[in-house]
Amino acid sequence: MTGLADIVARHRRRRAGAAAGGDIIQRIALLLAVLLAAAAILTPLIAPFDPLDQSLISRLRPPAGFDRAGPGHLFGTDELGRDVLSRALYGMRLTLTLAFVGALIGLCLGGTLGVIAGLRRSWLEDAIMALVDMQIAIPFTLVALLVLAVLGSNVTVLVLVLGVAGWEQYARIVRAEVRRLTGQPFIEAARAAGAGTVYIARRHLLPNVVSPLVVQFTLALSNIVILESTLSFLGLGVQPPQPSLGSMVGLGRDYMPTAPWIVLAPAALIVTLTFTVQILGDWLRDRADVRLQER
Amino acid sequence: MTAPNPPILSVKSLRVAFGSTLAVRDLSFDIHRGETLALVGESGSGKSATALSILRLIDREGGRILGGSIRLGARDPVEVTTLPPAELRALRGERIAMVFQEPMTSLNPVMRIGRQIEETLRLHRGLTGAAARKTARAALERVTIPEPERRLDQYPHELSGGLRQRVMIAMALICEPDVLIADEPTTALDVTTQAEILSLLRRLQAEMGMAVLFITHDLGVVGKIADRVVVMKNGCKVEEGRTGDIFAAPRHGYTRELMEATPRLGSGAPEPLAEAPAVLRVSDLVTSYGAGGLFSRSKPVPAVRGVSLTLGRGETLGLVGESGCGKSTLARSIMRLVEPASGEVTLDGEAITGVSQARLKPMRARMQMVFQDPYASLNPRMTIRDVVTEPAFLHGAVNARGRADMAADLLTRVGLPAEAAERYPHQFSGGQRQRICIARALSVGPRIIVADEAVSALDVSNARRITDLMAEIQRRDGVSFLFISHDIAVVERVSHRIAVMYRGKIVETGPTNAVLAAPEHPYTRRLLAAVPRIAQVDRPAPSVALPAPLPA
Repeated sequence: MTGLADIVARHRRRRAGAAAGGDIIQRIALLLAVLLAAAAILTPLIAPFDPLDQSLISRLRPPAGFDRAGPGHLFGTDELGRDVLSRALYGMRLTLTLAFVGALIGLCLGGTLGVIAGLRRSWLEDAIMALVDMQIAIPFTLVALLVLAVLGSNVTVLVLVLGVAGWEQYARIVRAEVRRLTGQPFIEAARAAGAGTVYIARRHLLPNVVSPLVVQFTLALSNIVILESTLSFLGLGVQPPQPSLGSMVGLGRDYMPTAPWIVLAPAALIVTLTFTVQILGDWLRDRADVRLQER
Repeated sequence: MTAPNPPILSVKSLRVAFGSTLAVRDLSFDIHRGETLALVGESGSGKSATALSILRLIDREGGRILGGSIRLGARDPVEVTTLPPAELRALRGERIAMVFQEPMTSLNPVMRIGRQIEETLRLHRGLTGAAARKTARAALERVTIPEPERRLDQYPHELSGGLRQRVMIAMALICEPDVLIADEPTTALDVTTQAEILSLLRRLQAEMGMAVLFITHDLGVVGKIADRVVVMKNGCKVEEGRTGDIFAAPRHGYTRELMEATPRLGSGAPEPLAEAPAVLRVSDLVTSYGAGGLFSRSKPVPAVRGVSLTLGRGETLGLVGESGCGKSTLARSIMRLVEPASGEVTLDGEAITGVSQARLKPMRARMQMVFQDPYASLNPRMTIRDVVTEPAFLHGAVNARGRADMAADLLTRVGLPAEAAERYPHQFSGGQRQRICIARALSVGPRIIVADEAVSALDVSNARRITDLMAEIQRRDGVSFLFISHDIAVVERVSHRIAVMYRGKIVETGPTNAVLAAPEHPYTRRLLAAVPRIAQVDRPAPSVALPAPLPA
């Protein structure tokens, strides 16, 4: 049966490989990701206006192509006459930074605790898993609101809060994978060769949990984008006049019936960002798996 | 009706492909009622692909039947290759049934045995309730499962491998099929259980008069069960004939090669070494499972009960016993992968037991282990270079820069190309992976290598190559091997001395030739009797309607 299994596995790999390189949606997502990343990095160079620059004369101008459109304001202006495109670009820059740093904090925190919980089957595991259960049981938005209300909202506090938001998912995934892997003979083989626990965790366990972690990272990234938007929408996230995608949607809410374009640009960016990140995650996972590579 | 009587299953110029790889090329054979045909070949020869094609399950594995015909039935044969899906489903289980290799994974783990059998009955016979249960019970009785009533309410994990395979056979035979396909049904079992399953299959076949297509890589098993043999290589039939004829006079070179590789009991073991200073000494070792931890309420169960043995320099000690007798636990205790409860293990006079992990680490360089499953014992994410040099790296015998050179050297020593270093484990076959495992063990120049069922997962040809490699390494480097296996014939071929383990104890030990020639313990005798032998065709003359001689 092993011979057949080999052939079947090779066949599947080939199909998976074709999907990894040739999928049209993945190519579009890849292109979008490059464009978005470039836009975020080069924002100060490409933004047509200062995002904080008010001009009450040209307030609430619709996007180019409509009646009364202001000169140069491609996506129109908001209630204070600020350029929507420039604000959206700066907003995305901030949101992306928050999301990346936040997701990384969650990854490091949750990943480390997950490895410890998976390897040390003792009170330590019970304690970590109890924390995980608590984090799941308590609606995190409430906790975030409380922390931000007490400590006040600045970018540092915000990024820490966003980071802590997703750690429990990483911890659960990593712990389950580590427990599965420690039963595998190659871990025992490493132990028999004289490897210590830290070495095994670093060289044998981590590379094998990368795939699920990458997927979780991209999920967390989009979750954080949405959480940040929620907090900013509620007024506890990024403080005006500094723009973030969430706060733009939040502040633009009042003008929805008369000036929907204020909300439109940041909302479209939120959707595009989350979509791109998800597809990118699938692509990365396939790339990271050496077993999907051709013989 | 006059002879020649028509075959019940007839395969003609079958061609099967996976993607662009041809797995079966132009294969033809017939099976008659009451006959057993063995399909023999090493892994990758297209045996399983053929079996799956007959059931048309091959599409689900990603393969395609390119051409040829598969006809089922003596009168009004059905063409299986063009059958519509609904009729195909009715045919599977009803007229053709299959038993798979892995009794562990072929049963649904969350369903009681009774429910699983009743499910088949409901699908094919429309039986439910008490009637189904009664029939299920009868099915278990037919395969002589003790306490059938209780088994019906048990889950698969509560049954041993042999019992599970019996359940699989009971399920396959429940609709009294015309043809039973058995795909390596005994490969995962140890010899004594294998002998029981084979005689069960023979008895059932005599009772029910079905045709059996028996797929195996083991010529010894063929001698026990098959009337005729088809030898396959690379998807082609290389030889076909009556079992006795093929064993007596193999015509094709590959068949001879296969017979050569098959371990034959009584073909002579290496003579015991005259002078072998003890390298490893195990005295009165006891290891228990279940003490403390998760199952702290249960009493500890001793798996190894007071074992003593010595292993001399340059010597191979064969450790045989059936699965569950404590062989692996003993190996893992010697390696200190589990903590023994009492007793002492010394390597070159230094105690391994009772020292701290830190003190133990330098000693690990002198003892290495090769595991059973070459698929799972290599980290799939590591390059072969890192895998092979890892023990040396851990013991500081090589720095990060020297690893590539060292890997190339080690790989050449085990007969693999040096370029293999940059590849990943999944890119190698089972036999090649086991070579990688040996290269890895050699990287630290160990005094002893514990090989725990190291060739059990390989087919005969590959197993032969691996044991030859071990013998060569022993001659060259003077390494001692503790060779653990359930297959006494393989053990005989490699071991200077042999130790027979039964229920956690060593019941007999001595020079291999002496022990096998005059076994003293009843268990050793039972073990020897169960080994399928290639020399003899001990299948009695078929009692059911003899198939007519094949037309030339």
